[in-house]
Amino acid sequence: MREIKAEQIKQAVMELVRKANFILRSDVLMALKCAYKIEKNKRAKTILKAILENATFAKKESLAICQDTGLPVVFVEVGQDLKVTGDLKKAINQGIEKGYKKYSLRNSIVADPLIRGSSKFSPSVMHLDIVKGSKIKLTVLPKGFGCENKSQLKMFRPTASIEEIKKFIVEAVKAAGPDACPPYVVGVGIGGTADYAGVLAKKALLSRLQSKSSRLENDLLKEINKTAIGPMGLGGKTTALAVKIQKYPTHIAGLAVNVNISCHALRSASVIL
Amino acid sequence: MKNLAQLKVRSEIKFSGIIYTARDQAHKRLVEAIKVGKRLPFEIKKAIIYYCGPTQTPKGKIIGACGPTTSARMDEFTPLLLSKGLAAMIGKGARSVEVKQAIKKYKGVYFLTYAGCGALLSKYIKSVKIIAYPDLGPEAIMQLVVKDFPLIVALDAKGGDIYG
Repeated sequence: MREIKAEQIKQAVMELVRKANFILRSDVLMALKCAYKIEKNKRAKTILKAILENATFAKKESLAICQDTGLPVVFVEVGQDLKVTGDLKKAINQGIEKGYKKYSLRNSIVADPLIRGSSKFSPSVMHLDIVKGSKIKLTVLPKGFGCENKSQLKMFRPTASIEEIKKFIVEAVKAAGPDACPPYVVGVGIGGTADYAGVLAKKALLSRLQSKSSRLENDLLKEINKTAIGPMGLGGKTTALAVKIQKYPTHIAGLAVNVNISCHALRSASVIL
Repeated sequence: MKNLAQLKVRSEIKFSGIIYTARDQAHKRLVEAIKVGKRLPFEIKKAIIYYCGPTQTPKGKIIGACGPTTSARMDEFTPLLLSKGLAAMIGKGARSVEVKQAIKKYKGVYFLTYAGCGALLSKYIKSVKIIAYPDLGPEAIMQLVVKDFPLIVALDAKGGDIYG
C-alpha cells in the first residue's frame, strides 16, 4: 500500500493557499478577458479593466486578489489504496492556518458563530470523498462571504417544470444584484439531499469555465446576462461569466436545487499527490 | 472634500485625504457607544467611513488587499451615524430605503469603489493607523490616508441613486 506522510499534505495545502489567493485561475482570467472584449458599456469596460489589472497586480506583488480571503473550503479525494501516516484532517487545517499566516491573508474565521469573538485563520470546511487508486487530490477554494451570503436552496416538487427551476436560479442572481461582486460565476447543484445539493453547487464552481456547457447552462447564462446587472451592478452585458451545474440522483419525492454564487474573484487551486 | 454633499450621482472622483475603516462589529460598537452617550474613538462629524477589513499586512508593505465589503450589512447602523454628522461612506452594492432617506436628510453621500479589486486599491493607501477596537483584528477601526482613491457616487444628497 502506498504511503504518504501528513507533513507532505500540510506543505501541499500551504502552497495551494498561496496559489489560490495570489494567482487568479487561468480559466477565470480568460473569461474576464473575453468579457472585456465584447463589452460595449463604457463603465462596464472600465470596471472589467480594473478587475484584470487587479489580477496582474496581485500576482506580481504577491498580494491577495481580494481582501476577503474567504472561508477556506477544502475538497479532499482520497484514494482507497493510500495510507496516510499521521493525522490527515489536522495536517490540512495546519496547512491552511500556516499558509494563511505565512502569506499575510485575512483571519476571517470566528470560532463560535453566535459568540463570534476574535477571528482566526482556520478551521476550513472540508468535503471528503473516497475514490479509486492510491493518490490524493486536494483542492482549496477560498470562498468569500459577500457572495456566499447570496446562496439559496429550494426544495422543489418532483413534478416541477424546468421553467420553474430556471426562474429560481435567475431570481437568485437578481437577488444578489450588485452586492456580491458581479460578474458572477453561478454554481448550481441539482438533486441529492438538501445538504448535498449545496456541496454540488460549490463543486460546480471548480469546473473549468470554458468546459462544454449543457443547453440548460447556456440558456441560464443567456437569461442571467439579459438582466443587465453588469459588472459592479452598474449595467452591461456581463452579469455572469458562466453557469455550471452538477447533478446527482435523488428521491422520488423531491428535487433539491441549490445556487452558490461566486464573485468574479473565483479562486481555487488543486494538486494530486 | 468640503463639497461632498454637492457631488452628483454617477460622477467619478479621485479622493485624497483621511478615511476610517469600519465594518460589521465596529458599527455595532459605534452605535452602542452613541446610545449610551460614550465618546466615539474618532470624530464622526465630516468623517468618511470605508467598509473594509484588509488582509494582514505583508512584510514591506503599508497594507494588504483592502477592497470594499458589502455595504447592505451596515444599513441598520447607518442612519444614526449620519445623524451624528457622518459625511460619506464607501462600499459596494445597494443600500436600504432608510439609508437613502437618511443620506438625503443629512446631506451625505455614498460611494462605490472597485469591488473585488483589493490588491489594486492598496496602491492608493499611503498610511495606516489602528485607532480603535484592535481586538477585532481585520475589523478594527483604522485611519487610512489615501491619495487619488477612485470613487463613484452611488447615492447623492439630492436622492440620486445609481441603481435606481
